[in-house]
Amino acid sequence: MNETELDHVLAALAHPVRRSMVSRLMKGEATVTELGEPFELSQPAISHHVRVLEEAGLVTHRVDGTRRPRRLSREGMASLEAWIDAVRNAYEASYDRLDGLLDSMRREGE
Amino acid sequence: MSGASKITVATDGEQHLTLVRRFAAPPAFVYRAHVEPELMQRWMTGPEGWTMTECRIDARAGGSMYCAWAHPEEGGFHLTAEFVAVEPNQRIEHVERMHLPDPTPDNHIVTTFETEGDGTLLTVRMTLPDAEARQAMLDFGAVEGMEVSYARLERIAEAGT
Repeated sequence: MNETELDHVLAALAHPVRRSMVSRLMKGEATVTELGEPFELSQPAISHHVRVLEEAGLVTHRVDGTRRPRRLSREGMASLEAWIDAVRNAYEASYDRLDGLLDSMRREGE
Repeated sequence: MSGASKITVATDGEQHLTLVRRFAAPPAFVYRAHVEPELMQRWMTGPEGWTMTECRIDARAGGSMYCAWAHPEEGGFHLTAEFVAVEPNQRIEHVERMHLPDPTPDNHIVTTFETEGDGTLLTVRMTLPDAEARQAMLDFGAVEGMEVSYARLERIAEAGT
């Protein structure tokens, strides 16, 4: 994984509007207009947020006549997911052991 | 085990990463497992094949922590930390770094222990390290993740017999 790429991904997700747009796109494609609907923001501001997501590689678009529907990019999301998975794995084994320890503490009535 | 859960991990803006995990024991037990060295050494053992060989914890504001891990072939590494604030059974705020042996950047961590039913909701909110430290964690975690999967397979195999 490219570190700079992950930095861009995390920076792109640092904004609540952009996180909300990503959540929306998890449900399927949407145009920039549709992505902007939940927010009281100007069209240039909406376009800017979408562009930041595109530049980070999180969002891509296809051409459908006059429409340019946006969708999540599997590659962009993968770099973030790989890192989150690594953190999850590092803790999961320890917490599984902690389950066992807590169970024995409880039985010992400490 | 009822009441326990799989861990959930989420980024919280650019600055934070939050882990959430439920345990089937009251907060006082989960808290003790985080501040008593002899308990820590029984679960925070690191990747499979590693053991925590040393653990010293002075869990109070200004107190420090030292933990060392060792592997028969791969050597060892240790962690140092300072406690910023400690509210017994509720909240621990500390700053830690690993020495591999070069120190990783400081990680500011807030751990909370909340009652949830007859169990505990554990939340660990950490500061996102920089790209270099993330890569180190990724390399470390990827290896561990693989071994964890093997351990899980073994458990599943045992349960199936």
